[in-house]
Amino acid sequence: MGIMIHRNTEAIVQGITGKQGRFQTKLMLEYGTKIVAGVTPGRGGEKVHGVSVFGTVKEALTEYSPDVSIIFVPAESALNAAEEAISSGIKTITVITEGIPIKDSIQMMMHARHVGAQIIGPNTPGIITPGECKLGIMPHHVFEHGNVGVVSRSGTLTYEIAANLTRRHLGQSTCVGIGGDPIVGLNFIEALEMFKTDPETNAVVLIGEIGGNLEELTADFVAKNNYPKPVVAYIAGLSAPSEKKMGHAGAIIMGQTGTARTKIAAFESVGVKAAKRPAEVVDVLKSVLKK
Amino acid sequence: MKLFEYEAKDTLKRRGIPTPRGEIATTVKQAVEIAEKLKPPFVLKSQILAGGRGKAGGIRFALNSEEVERAAGELFRSQIKGFKVEKVLVEERIHVKRELYFAVALERSERSYVAVASSKGGIDIEKATAEMPTAIFKTLIDPISGLSFSTAKEVAAEIGLVGKQQTDLAWIMKSLCQIGLDLDAILIEANPLVETPDGSFFALDSRLIIDDNALFRHSDLAKLRFEKDREYTETEIEAMKNGIAYVKLDGEIGIIGNGAGLVMATLDMVHDSGREPANFLDLGGGATSGRIALAVKMLLADPTVEAILVNILGGLTRCDDAARAITDAIDDFRQTKPIFARLVGTNEAEGKQILLQAGLQVFGSMEEAAKQAVEAIKRENC
Repeated sequence: MGIMIHRNTEAIVQGITGKQGRFQTKLMLEYGTKIVAGVTPGRGGEKVHGVSVFGTVKEALTEYSPDVSIIFVPAESALNAAEEAISSGIKTITVITEGIPIKDSIQMMMHARHVGAQIIGPNTPGIITPGECKLGIMPHHVFEHGNVGVVSRSGTLTYEIAANLTRRHLGQSTCVGIGGDPIVGLNFIEALEMFKTDPETNAVVLIGEIGGNLEELTADFVAKNNYPKPVVAYIAGLSAPSEKKMGHAGAIIMGQTGTARTKIAAFESVGVKAAKRPAEVVDVLKSVLKK
Repeated sequence: MKLFEYEAKDTLKRRGIPTPRGEIATTVKQAVEIAEKLKPPFVLKSQILAGGRGKAGGIRFALNSEEVERAAGELFRSQIKGFKVEKVLVEERIHVKRELYFAVALERSERSYVAVASSKGGIDIEKATAEMPTAIFKTLIDPISGLSFSTAKEVAAEIGLVGKQQTDLAWIMKSLCQIGLDLDAILIEANPLVETPDGSFFALDSRLIIDDNALFRHSDLAKLRFEKDREYTETEIEAMKNGIAYVKLDGEIGIIGNGAGLVMATLDMVHDSGREPANFLDLGGGATSGRIALAVKMLLADPTVEAILVNILGGLTRCDDAARAITDAIDDFRQTKPIFARLVGTNEAEGKQILLQAGLQVFGSMEEAAKQAVEAIKRENC
């Protein structure tokens, strides 16, 4: 099962004829993801790895009923692509694109919220329910089916930590990247809500980083809701300076806000253990699970 | 991208927001000439892209041309908060009755813009948006319609203004918000926004930060981004132009990795082992050999870097390609430093072999690689 995507999820790829879209479509198909159609304006009628291409999402919807869309279109037109998916009634949209203007992301999230659609990202590696469905660009060999949910602001740290989990026989129910931008759709709290009711998830690993106060709000949420499943956190950026963007647009300490120290303190104050290093996540998780 | 105060004020002025009369000077002579066209008393403000300039001595007052000459001379000779002063804004000094605050910033947790107003000037926006102290009024802003005039009037009323003053301030706040949205600003701030004894308002200081990702639709601003003496060093600019995210730091261990989170974690591990990273360097996804080689050369050329720690998690980036790019860069540069590498993922065995043959140290975990890099420096410095 896992959350958001599973074995029977049907997907469309927006921007399927671009270099990245084309390549990642191939990898997703190989993983077993059911990609029913692709969309690129002006390219209707073509085929990419056997998948039919349509000029618009609406046209694709006359033949298929996809549950999700994954977007690879360039930053300048990502808002248009997302709005097209949202107004066509698709309820889960993963935006891989990096570099989308913040104003566009804000509009995207407003529109999605208005109609009850869920955006994952932007600037995310996507989401994977190991062994069932991959909607993203992650190297899938590091993931294995199991019972640990992973939600993360960082792509490579997700791979790093998932590989460690897999090596130590802790498979994953679903791993979802929420994206490295200051404005993202799905957040930690919403992911935790979904993992809470997922029967396959026994524990959650949460990977945060400097910038914003999402981790602090999440710690609050865990405490106030007496979150029923064990949560282990890792926060990157303890040594990061203030006012400097550390790779991700959203990874920036402003004044005193958004430091790793305050985030770790927030989690520990509500009983969520924070690993000091990525490799320590598994040890901490195992010790928590034993209890 | 941060704009200088004078650039922000020029933008505000063009859109009808009252700002003090003044001009920008790059020499003492120019500062005096500008002052002669203005009404005394004067204020001279060093233009640097850092806050807290007043306390650091970057703002001077002057009553006449002689004092302007002296103050400008001192400012142009000084370093304020680590920045050499290249430009000084010379303005008429405004009589202040009270200081207010207004800004439009990001409220990340609400996935929105937020307008922040206060009857107290000089507050810290980062604190103001994170917490919710009293005397601060916050309202979320629609990215298309902006701040409505009626909401702006309500905010002005909360601050305690009535009649024409309420209308005037509401108009200023609404306009500032619109300028911010038009320019894709992630922060537009009038701080302080002052009330004068005759009841009018001026933006006495202003900060404007533009979303880097939106510069493609602001070509005039995009041109300024990589100007000399602005936000970035030459090395940072070269890195950015080649798709590398690079930030210079104070330590001695150079870091190269792929993925922002992974690189941050690597920095933390160096820090945890008792030394400091010399930089943050993220190659990004699917880095080409050229990009990897450039990164290696950048760190070989950096005199503060004593050892290099490479952390590659191969996915799209193949480990053997990365290894070859690293050894090529070393050959090309004809000079090397101790390099400690951790490579995992696609074509890992081939990559490790190439590095070992070139005499580099290769490790299976990033903890081990970081620890060994730190140990090597400690030995070196004994």
